[in-house]
Amino acid sequence: MQQGIDAQIGGLHQEQDELVLRSAPMLRMMSLEYAPLLADLYWTRTVQYYGSKNTRPEHQLDLLWPLLDITTTLDPNLIPAYSFGSTFLAEPAPRGAGMPEQAIKFLNRGIRANPDYWRFYEDMGFIYYFDMRNYEKASNAFLEGSKNPAALPWMKVLAARVSEKGESRETSVFLWNEIYNSSTDAQLKQNALTHLRLLRAQEDCERLDVLAEEFGKRRGRRPTSVLDLVNAGLIPGEAVDPLGFVYVFDADGFAQINPTSPLAKDQTLYQRPM
Amino acid sequence: MTRVGVVAWNTFREAVRDRVLYNLVFFALLMIAAAILVGQISIEIEQTVIVTLGLSAISVIGLLMAVFIGVGLVSKEMDKRTLYALLSKPVRRWEFLLGKFGGLLLTLTVNTAAMAAGLFAALWYVKHPLDRGDSAVLVAVYFILLKLALVVALALLFSCYTSPLLAILFTAGLYVAGLFVNEMRDLQSATMAPGMKAFLRWLSYLLPNFRNFDVMASAAHGRAIPGMLLAQNTAYAALYCAIVLAAAATIFSRRNLK
Amino acid sequence: MAGTAIEIENLTKDYPFGFLHLKKKRSLEGLTMTVEDGEVFGFLGPNGAGKSTTIKLLMSLIFPTAGTARILGKPISDIGMHRDIGYLPEQPYFYDYLTAAELLDYFARFFDLKATERRERVGRMLKKVGLETAGKIQLRKYSKGMLQRVGLAQAILHDPKVVILDEPMSGLDPLGRREVRDIILELKREGRTILFSTHILSDAEMLCDRVGVIVGGKLRGVGAPDEIVGVKAHGMEILFEYAGEGAQASGLLSQATRTGNRYRLQVEEEKLYATLEQLRGAGARILSVTQVKASLEEYFMHLVEADRAQAAAVEVHGK
Repeated sequence: MQQGIDAQIGGLHQEQDELVLRSAPMLRMMSLEYAPLLADLYWTRTVQYYGSKNTRPEHQLDLLWPLLDITTTLDPNLIPAYSFGSTFLAEPAPRGAGMPEQAIKFLNRGIRANPDYWRFYEDMGFIYYFDMRNYEKASNAFLEGSKNPAALPWMKVLAARVSEKGESRETSVFLWNEIYNSSTDAQLKQNALTHLRLLRAQEDCERLDVLAEEFGKRRGRRPTSVLDLVNAGLIPGEAVDPLGFVYVFDADGFAQINPTSPLAKDQTLYQRPM
Repeated sequence: MTRVGVVAWNTFREAVRDRVLYNLVFFALLMIAAAILVGQISIEIEQTVIVTLGLSAISVIGLLMAVFIGVGLVSKEMDKRTLYALLSKPVRRWEFLLGKFGGLLLTLTVNTAAMAAGLFAALWYVKHPLDRGDSAVLVAVYFILLKLALVVALALLFSCYTSPLLAILFTAGLYVAGLFVNEMRDLQSATMAPGMKAFLRWLSYLLPNFRNFDVMASAAHGRAIPGMLLAQNTAYAALYCAIVLAAAATIFSRRNLK
Repeated sequence: MAGTAIEIENLTKDYPFGFLHLKKKRSLEGLTMTVEDGEVFGFLGPNGAGKSTTIKLLMSLIFPTAGTARILGKPISDIGMHRDIGYLPEQPYFYDYLTAAELLDYFARFFDLKATERRERVGRMLKKVGLETAGKIQLRKYSKGMLQRVGLAQAILHDPKVVILDEPMSGLDPLGRREVRDIILELKREGRTILFSTHILSDAEMLCDRVGVIVGGKLRGVGAPDEIVGVKAHGMEILFEYAGEGAQASGLLSQATRTGNRYRLQVEEEKLYATLEQLRGAGARILSVTQVKASLEEYFMHLVEADRAQAAAVEVHGK
């Protein structure tokens, strides 16, 4: 019965959501001089909305943009909102809203309101690089951000590297690391961490594939498991992914993440659309 | 003590003996404590939440006091006829009015200071050394006080010639209208007649501009507030109050008591 | 100027009422009178006659439509003059969160008295009005009679030359009224001028040097209580018993007021003995003979009736 009630109330809240998120300027007007307080409340709501995405069908994030819009209309200086918001707006479904252009626009709004905060350029460069694969624009963003005297020196370095090489694992790892270290939001950190682990696993698998190639040359067949490589003296011990699960080889002899590892699930979720 | 001071002190004493005020201040302090908890939800904005929630509580409670007690300052004395004996003393009607204003302002200052102390305590609790940016919070509290002074003056004015209920409505209405004065001034509308626009522009200067005192965003994000604004707002509030109180005194001086 | 404490000239007050305040009710018309130094002057009149209106005008609580007034030679608009006058409002009410002592101290502060002097005065006043023990109790706990006494205390606290009291006896029990009367007499002995309003005629008769009678917003007469009633026929009242039916006395009987077998009959002084003869002859038993003095009450009622009749006539003819 309680579940029945919960379902009903859940339905009502959905409606409420639709009703309340009418228009950002109107809410701003209605908030009289208490807009920053309301912004904080909407921000909290936004964070919870994102955090509860798994409870909604298809991890739906339709309301993410409206909530962010309202939050930053009410308080344009609420910096965490822009970082968090742009990241999860840009990330493709199911882990984000899959709206990278909107995320860029959003970041531009953030920059206009907070011209001194150089990290928005970092976020922007990141989205261009990672979600939109536009390396020229990414480089430009990093360059623009590096002009701020408070910006960290790597911004300039990154601008050059991305312009030159486009996407590279080194760059990706660096960026995700930067986000992980500089972010204070738990969800952002977790997101970055997962990306880092997957990149690590990817790297590991590539190296394992090289070794498998070598194994194939020696034994005439590709390895079936990591033990094969150990026995062949190619690696000192069992190769494990960042969560401690042994890698496996698929039918074609290519290294994969162990299906029992949580990373395997992450991999499907975090797969980037081609 | 001057006669104005005598009336002011008595008004303050009346407020101090009123239980309701203690409850309100206690409620505000409760809100501020709650803010600490709310801030825990989202660590990044913990400070922001404490400041916005705290300032909002101080502002709202201050406004409630200013409007409701402000309107009652004169109307209560007229209804209950406590005014009769008082005016038989050698005290002029404007002295009485000014004293009432001063007394309530003193009350509001004390209450606001108490609530602000709570706010700073909460802020100190979450981030031990307070830095320069936090002076913005102090300025924000001061601006709230200036705002309250204006509201009290308006409440006093209306209560001198309308019923308490209408006085409350008018005062509250002016508070809300006063927040949109800037929009009124630069109205962008293709459909509105130029005469109407000009009228609204003129009106926007007449109405009290409460937006002047809105620095919650700056305080929430630790941005210092320029001293010039402090001086200007103080002058504006003083001038506006003086005009409103003068009008109130004029009206009240001619009023036939029941 | 010396000798006149209060001068009122042509004082008039209209109250607007009705839709858009277009109509006017004249609650006081052309009042002209004086109150001399050191006298006790009573303002008499039924409720709504204009007594309170006059007093409120004098105290600048309301403002005249026309006319002027001066107290102690100064215009009523001179608030500084309030230093020398004391006022007790009708049905007084004071700040209920204060104690009597605090209230008196508060009012005393308006007279530039030093703290020690204030304390002494407040104590003395409380004693004078019989509130010594209740001085520290909050006024919200006071009875009506006690409030009246506090009112008196605050009116005389500052040693005023003129004391104006609006219905000072209202709401008091006989003991309280006696006390107020005594205080008024004491004030008079101290050389102060007292103006008070009342609708209780006996109080006025007892206390006042002069009275002014106001009915329907107009001053009907001013003078000493016995003078004002005018030269009215004094008569004699015969109280007698009569059980019989003698035709001789029937004429007299019809003029008398009857209660059972007792009759009261009023006759002019000259006709007293003739009437007595007549009654005795008819067999009546004479019980008493007393002198009838015209009373203030009669005068009063007479005025009220006349006023009502006039108002009714105006209504009928004025349309």
